[in-house]
Amino acid sequence: MQVTSRYFRTTAREALLDEDLRAAMGRAEGGFIDTRKMAVEELENFEEYREFARKTKNHVLAHLDYYLTQFESNVLASGGQVHWAGNGEEVNRIVLDICRRPDIRKITKGKSMVSEESALNAGLEAAGFEVVETDLGEYIIQLARETPSHIIAPAVHKTRQAVTDLFDEHHREAGYSRVVERLDIVNQARQVLRDHFCTADVGITGANFLIADTGSIALITNEGNGDLTANLPNIHVVVTSIEKVIPDMLALGGFLRLLGRSATGQIMSVYTTLFNGPRRIDDLDGPEEFHVVLVDSGRSEILGTQFRDILRCIKCGACMNHCPVYTSVGGHAYGWVYPGPMGSVLTPLMVGQKKAPDLPYACTLNGRCKTVCPVMIPLPDLLREHRNNLVEMGQTGVVQRWGMWLWSIVARKPVLYSMMTSLYVLKLNLLARMVPAFQRGSFKYIPMMGAWTSSRDFPVPQASTFQSQWKKRALHD
Amino acid sequence: MSATASPPKTEQVALLVTCLSDLFRPQIAHAAVELIEKFGYWVDVPRQTCCGQPAFNAGEKDKTRILAENMISLFESYRYVIAPSGSCAATIKVHYPELFSEGSPEHEQCMKLGEKTHELSGFLVDVAKAALEKKSLPDARSMRIAYHDSCSGLRELGIRSQPRKLLGDRLGVDISEMSNSEVCCGFGGLFCVKYPEISTRMVDNKIVGIEKAEADVLLGGDLGCLMNIAGRLRRLGSETRVYHYAELLTDSDPGPAIGYQK
Ligand code: SF4
Repeated sequence: MQVTSRYFRTTAREALLDEDLRAAMGRAEGGFIDTRKMAVEELENFEEYREFARKTKNHVLAHLDYYLTQFESNVLASGGQVHWAGNGEEVNRIVLDICRRPDIRKITKGKSMVSEESALNAGLEAAGFEVVETDLGEYIIQLARETPSHIIAPAVHKTRQAVTDLFDEHHREAGYSRVVERLDIVNQARQVLRDHFCTADVGITGANFLIADTGSIALITNEGNGDLTANLPNIHVVVTSIEKVIPDMLALGGFLRLLGRSATGQIMSVYTTLFNGPRRIDDLDGPEEFHVVLVDSGRSEILGTQFRDILRCIKCGACMNHCPVYTSVGGHAYGWVYPGPMGSVLTPLMVGQKKAPDLPYACTLNGRCKTVCPVMIPLPDLLREHRNNLVEMGQTGVVQRWGMWLWSIVARKPVLYSMMTSLYVLKLNLLARMVPAFQRGSFKYIPMMGAWTSSRDFPVPQASTFQSQWKKRALHD
Repeated sequence: MSATASPPKTEQVALLVTCLSDLFRPQIAHAAVELIEKFGYWVDVPRQTCCGQPAFNAGEKDKTRILAENMISLFESYRYVIAPSGSCAATIKVHYPELFSEGSPEHEQCMKLGEKTHELSGFLVDVAKAALEKKSLPDARSMRIAYHDSCSGLRELGIRSQPRKLLGDRLGVDISEMSNSEVCCGFGGLFCVKYPEISTRMVDNKIVGIEKAEADVLLGGDLGCLMNIAGRLRRLGSETRVYHYAELLTDSDPGPAIGYQK
């Protein structure tokens, strides 16, 4: 997927003016937060599960080679095939190689964020295949020719009205009528997609967890589209990334308790399916071929850095649902596959810091994401870590660099500091006295501070600094 | 406060004034001194600068380290270090130790300083076990007060019930809780001037909560957030007044709110 993160400022500003986006995000935000809270409170030892998940992931990441090899050999033993993809280009090439056969034309696809990284759909379409997204949200944005704006609710930015129009535009020719009500929209999508499920030659899905000691793929959805995508065509291709491996079914049980609750506030998502290799001789259905594409794309490099914790991420989306920046500007502003707090940590690592200079700074470090993350990723600390790196590489703006330099000189010298601060307070007070409108206690405008005063008043300081007042008090006593 | 009467530093409380209060609203620091003294502590204000929070959050670790060392030498000999700000207290308590490698003498010093550093309400309630007497504010009963939980204090120090308890004891009123009291107001230090449009949207969302709670007064414990919220309220022509919670706990009248003058 094309990286547009460097335009964060502009796209965020535009997004703030989009009233439809505001309406859509406002509704979603409340829903996600309240339902999660209820589902979390329902599980008494939720915190213990978080701790379990954190430790399990840490353990796996420390022995990633072992678990991946174990996973691979178990997939092979069940008759499946494993492909290792070092980067996005390789992902697309591997999938194309699997699909390039005379009788293959249509590909159905379940939700897979990993496949978004390398814009797999575009690659397949360019090679002449028909690709149909089958997750309702993904289907909507495919019709709109957009990219996901949320990792579990890809079309969260769309209003119902927009979906009505989209469906009308794309389904009318096939004889469908205009649908307005939520249920009618879902039903129409179901009908349209059913035809695609039955006629697809290849099904591509993602995976939520890879279970090392059985070679199983755990796929968790609410619509069941993943199962139809995986089971009906002759070939099932799983595109997934290496950090998703977990040791065993016991661990899966723990993660399942966290995932549904954190993602959508469900105690359990509607469909939890384990896929093990292709159809066996006495199976009634299932694909004849089962491929797993294990994607690295920079993850093994992250493993060796101070950002390793981000690889624990189970892509639940809770951090973005609780992020006041994300819910203000929406997911597209972040400019790549992963938005919100986890995206701001991951994107610079995967596409390069220079291509996403704003993301680590576009955060108030309020820490709400960290408190809801089911695998306890210290997201604000990792963002600060990015900032540290940018400073070390001399990649910060001139204003910050010189401003900080000056500040640190002054702040190191208490006498200079008290002189400068007193002078500043005096200056502001003089300014306030000069302009009658400011005498009511607030500045409407201060030179060089337009970024503040463009939307907020600034208080006129009280007479003199506290420290100078304290000095006087000490002298009096 | 004559020199002869002062106890040794190891029994004194040092006030960390905080830059914003020092510059823009000394009344908050005065209120903090009054409250701490009320419980029998001797308060000293060593000549100080900044704890380094803006530099730390900007990724300027080296510069923060220098300021941290400066702060350590200023404050380490006191019994307690109290700040009328959750984010400044958290910088010392939570983040200073991250600046130095574990096992180094500086790290050790940071840990020790951290242990005795507290946010004001946390200190008064949890350490001093303060029970404030009820004071009679003429219109306290009819006044609706909302409380904004600033992020650092709330999530890094667990400050939530403490200011509410103090306010309840002192004013005899319950807080009119906002549904979004724990959501960031969009200040975020340099964030608010780096991304002013996003910051403004965030403070507007906060104000929706204030309006829903029908608050006449909004209180909080971090002047940065309060200046942000007060500044936006005033720009929008709102009647809601904003104070630091400490200003309402003292014996004297709190006077004009943030952004107002007599
Ligand atoms: S960082 Fe944590 S909260 Fe965010 S998507 Fe990943 S697991 Fe979920």
